[in-house]
Formats: sequence, C-alpha cells, structure tokens
Amino acid sequence: MDRRNFLKTTAAVCAATLPFKNIKAEETEMKTEFSGVLVDTTRCIGCRSCEVACSKEHDLYVPDIKNDSALESLRTTSEKQWTVVNRFETEKGEVFVKRQCLHCWQPACTAACLTNAMYKTKEGPVTWDGDKCMGCRYCMVSCPFDIPKFEYNEWNPKIQKCNMCFERLQQGKKPACVEACPTDALMFGSKRQLMEVARHRVYNYPDKYVHKIYGEHDVGGTGWLYLSAIPFEQIGFSTDLGTTPYPEYTKEFLFSVPLVLFSIPAFLLGLNLLTNRKNELSEKQGWKNE
Amino acid sequence: MNNTTAITSDFKRFIRFFLQELKPKGKWLTPFNIISIPVILLGTIILFIRFTQGLGSVTNLSQEFPWGFWIGFDVVIGVAFAGGAYIITFVVYVMKVEKYHSIVRVTVLNGLLAYIFYAGALVLDLGRPWHIINPIIGNSFGYNSVLFLVAWHFLLYMLAEFVEFSPVIAQWAQLEKVRKFVSALTLGAVIFGITLSMLHQSGLGALFLMAKPKIHPLWYSEFIPILFFVSSIFAGLSMIIFEGTISHKVFRNLIGEKSQHSFEEIILGMAKGAAISMFVYYFFKALIFIHEQQWELINDFWGYWYLVEVIGFVLIPCFMFAYAVKTRNTTIIRLAAIITLIGIILNRLNISVIAFKWDAVNKYYPSWEEIIVTLMVVFTEIWVFRWIVTRMPVFSKQH
Repeated sequence: MDRRNFLKTTAAVCAATLPFKNIKAEETEMKTEFSGVLVDTTRCIGCRSCEVACSKEHDLYVPDIKNDSALESLRTTSEKQWTVVNRFETEKGEVFVKRQCLHCWQPACTAACLTNAMYKTKEGPVTWDGDKCMGCRYCMVSCPFDIPKFEYNEWNPKIQKCNMCFERLQQGKKPACVEACPTDALMFGSKRQLMEVARHRVYNYPDKYVHKIYGEHDVGGTGWLYLSAIPFEQIGFSTDLGTTPYPEYTKEFLFSVPLVLFSIPAFLLGLNLLTNRKNELSEKQGWKNE
Repeated sequence: MNNTTAITSDFKRFIRFFLQELKPKGKWLTPFNIISIPVILLGTIILFIRFTQGLGSVTNLSQEFPWGFWIGFDVVIGVAFAGGAYIITFVVYVMKVEKYHSIVRVTVLNGLLAYIFYAGALVLDLGRPWHIINPIIGNSFGYNSVLFLVAWHFLLYMLAEFVEFSPVIAQWAQLEKVRKFVSALTLGAVIFGITLSMLHQSGLGALFLMAKPKIHPLWYSEFIPILFFVSSIFAGLSMIIFEGTISHKVFRNLIGEKSQHSFEEIILGMAKGAAISMFVYYFFKALIFIHEQQWELINDFWGYWYLVEVIGFVLIPCFMFAYAVKTRNTTIIRLAAIITLIGIILNRLNISVIAFKWDAVNKYYPSWEEIIVTLMVVFTEIWVFRWIVTRMPVFSKQH
C-alpha cells in the first residue's frame, strides 16, 4: 500500500514537473530580448544624418550639418544633442565614430537612481522619467561613459540622454538614427543577432577588423556594439572599464545594510543591559536617566 | 470635555510663550551679526536666482562635474562633522560613562541642526526638488540605490535626534507630561540613531563606489565606506572639541564654573578616542596602499597631495592627540582638533571634487556664489543654535 502510494506520488510529481519545466523553458525563450544596435565604424562616412534624425525625432537642437564644421573638434553628447559623430585621424585614414548612450545591460545610472526615473526597460532601452526624477545627478556621477546630461540653465531641468527611440520601438519601428543611416553602418536587432553578425564580419575579414567587439563584455555588456578597424582606445573608447557590471560595486555595501540594521541594535541593547548590571553590582550611583 | 479645554489652554499658553521667546535677546550689533546678516541676505538673493534660472546661473557645475561644493562640502563634510552626536550618545546612554553627560544635550543639538541644515542643503542642489518626496512616499522606490538608503537614513536619523533632543524642548515649554513621555523614548532613539549613523556615514562613501574610473586610484578603494565611517568618529570628536571650545568662550555666562573645569577632562577623554580611531584609520589607509601596490603613483603631484592629506592631516594630528593626552595639554588638543577637521575637509573634497576627474582639462572650482550660499547655511545654523541655547536648558544639566 505504502509502496504503491509512494510510486503513485512519485509518478505524479514527475509528470507534473516535466511539462512544467518545459513550459518554464518556453517562457524564458519567449521573453523579450534586449534590443541594441551594432555600429560598424568601418562603414560610417561621417554624413551625420543620424544626428539630424535624432534631434528631429526628439525636438532637440538640429545641427546644420553642411556648414557648422563640427567634425573639426571632438564633441561629447550634450543636453541639446543625444548623439554626435566624431572624426579621428588614424593610421588607416579617417574614422568616424557615432556616440550616444550604450544602454548597458546592467546600467550604473539605473542602479544609482533613487526614484527609478532612470529605468532599464525590458525591451533594452534605458529611459528617463521626468515625473520621478528629482535632479540629484547621481546618474551622471555613476555613468562610466558620462552620458546623462543635465540642463543647468533651466528652472525645471531635465536629464537628457539617448532613449534608443523607445517610443518608436513600441510602434515596431527602428530607432530614427538607424533608419536615417545611408550606409548600413548601424544595424538594429537583438544582442544575440547582432553578435552573430558582428562575429561573422570579423571572421570573414580578419584583416579588416580588430578582433574585439566593443560592448560584448565591457561593463558587463552593453546594448550597443561597435566594430572597428583600429584599436578602440585610438578612436575615443575607454577600454579599461573592466567587465564587471557597475551595480556590482555597490552590491556588497547594500547587502550589508540589513545585517547591520538588525544586528547592531541587538548588540547595543545587550551592551546597555550589561553595563546596567555592572553598575548595579558595583553599587555605583550617579548615573540617572533623564 | 475638561480635558480638551485643558489641552487648548495649554496650547494657547505655549503659543504665547513661543511668540514671547521669538523676540531677540541681547545685543544686536555683535561682530558675528554684522558679518552674518549681509551674507544671509546675499545668499537669499543668490538662491532666488538659482531657483528661477537654474543651477548653471550661480554655480560652476558642469556636465563633467555634476557634484560640486554644495554636495562635497555642505552635505558630505557637514554630515561627517555631525558624527559626534552618535558617538557621545553611545558613550553616555549605552556605555553609561557619566563623565560626558554634561555635553550630551549640546552635542545632540549640534547633530540635529547639522543634519537639518547641511543634509538639508541637498535640496538647494537638486534640479527638481519638488520631487524629493518621490523616494519617500513610495511611488518610486529605487531600492538598489545607495542614495536611496542615504536619503532615508538622513530622514530617520533627524527624527531620532529630534526625539533625543525633545526632552529639552519639553522642559523649556514646561510640558512636564510630554517631557516624561519623550524621555522614556531616549534609549530607543539612541540605539536606532547609532545604527543609522553607522550606515549613512559609510553610505556617503559608498555613493562614490560606482565612480570608479573617475576618482584617482589613490583615493578610490572598495573600502571607502569603512574609511568614511571610521573617519567620522574622529571628525565628530574633533568637532565637539572645536565647537565646545568656542561655546565655552561665547556662552560663558550660560555654562557654570564647574562644568568649565569638567570640560577639560572631557576634552582629554575625547582626544584619547580621536588618537586611537585616527591610528586605526591611518593603519587601514596604509594597508590599502600596500595591498593595491600603489608605489608608482606616489611620485607625482597627486602622490604628494595624497601624502599631505594622509601624513600631514591624519598621522601628525594623531600623534599630537596622543602626546597631548600624555602631557595633559589641552592647547595642543585644540590645535590637533583643528588640523584634523581640515584633514577631513581635504579628504572629502578630494574624493568628491579635487581628485574626482583629476585629469580633466576644465577642472571644477566653486563660484563665489556657491561659497556665499555655503556660508549662509553655516551662519543660519549658528543663528538657530544661538537662539536655542540662550532659551532652552541645553548647557545646564539640571532636570
């Protein structure tokens, strides 16, 4: 009887878990993958169509790309422009590099934000919510790429940074810059797809590319990936940021908080009771509570 | 029915009493007033411009330096200096060392005001300060943020310090029942307050953990939180020595002759504590330096600057404290306290501003407006402190 029952239950449990596990696996499979963009700097011609498309899409300052000779100097993204293209003179000639938020997989800015105004969406873009942000600028302090920018000359300042055209992605469209690119230097897709394409290009043209895909592992992996013909540090990339996701740096401290919060009061109370007892024993008079 | 009328009459009496107390006491044309009043007025004008035209109109903050003097000095240093309150309440209420009881009230008051004004100065620096309640009311909890933790702890600690100080207020307002009730809460508030202090003193350091590539390697360490906590101990003790010395001169008529004498003893005790904690801090700093193998970093400007801070403003005052305790020389103690305080200012500013983006082309330095507003915050705090100690039984010990 017992045995039969046991077998029955075991069988039932097995039967229950097996398809359950399959469903579980299917679910993870179906989950949205983080999207990103692959930037092939060997294909970029520095036309800056992406800058114009980005600014038009987000009602920002639209640069006059024909006349402003902005490529003469190295620029950073600003509170007026979410993306900029820089020109580098290298041993392999002119190289153009588009800069914008890299949409880290585990972003420092969202870990820094105490109001969840900076938010890593499940689709991949890191977005900013003005109804939540209190303007502390801790995201700017934390971001290893110095991407979030602040409107210092506004009474009601906003944090300005690329949001990978989150509103367009919601409608099933590609980011504005990707769509505007005339040379297919930008490619939109899931990171898995983009990595396949990137590796494919490196394998097929091993002499054309350096054998590194920037963003594959840097700061724990980023949504935007870069291919280059020359070492990345020569075209304005920090290659010494490590592969640890930035939120990891504060994790140990944050883990210790509940420990301290519960153990220290107990310890102090114990200490207090202990000294009470000691004072009683030595019949020391004088200490009075208020 | 009778009860309510009693309460309302009590309340009316208190309001009348409060209005009476609001009136200034003493002379108006003191040197302090002559300096502080114009600064406070000018600061108010600067703040008006800041809130109408943005932070950029009065500060030198930039996209590269999002945190400047208001965070680095007012908040980070102000909170370290306020560390005395949790140490003294620990010694007096938990360890029951009677010797320090006479300075508990003034130290707690100093701590409370420091948090209200210096941690409160954070609001001036926020771009969208009307959203400051967001992380508190719970519509957007950023649990994974160190700043979330620090903000909550500031708030709770202010509450704990207020509870610790409230018996004095009740005594002043002659509300005996209230006094008895809040006095009973003291030990709880103290224990809660010490725990919170440990966490947010170190939390202020943990804020900079994610700025790893931006802070000079001599100042960046994964142990910043522990260094911040340990240094807050001697920062707080030195501040009590410094502030107590001034108070004993300025408010001589409020402090009895007897406590003048016992203050010397208190100073000696605190110098001992400072010397020990400073040596622990120095030892830890040296361990980090050796372990990280930073020898090659020492032979340039930043290396020398690091040595100035660690040797000149930690090790030397540490020995001064130790020597002064042995020879019972309170003058050297006071001098050492001032050097220690400067050392804390250097250390906190190094991490938050000076060695932050040490290689930047356009370095940040505070604008005169930022300095005036900082002075304004300090002066306003002193005004409130003076108002309270000349009215409430802060220095006197009788209960």
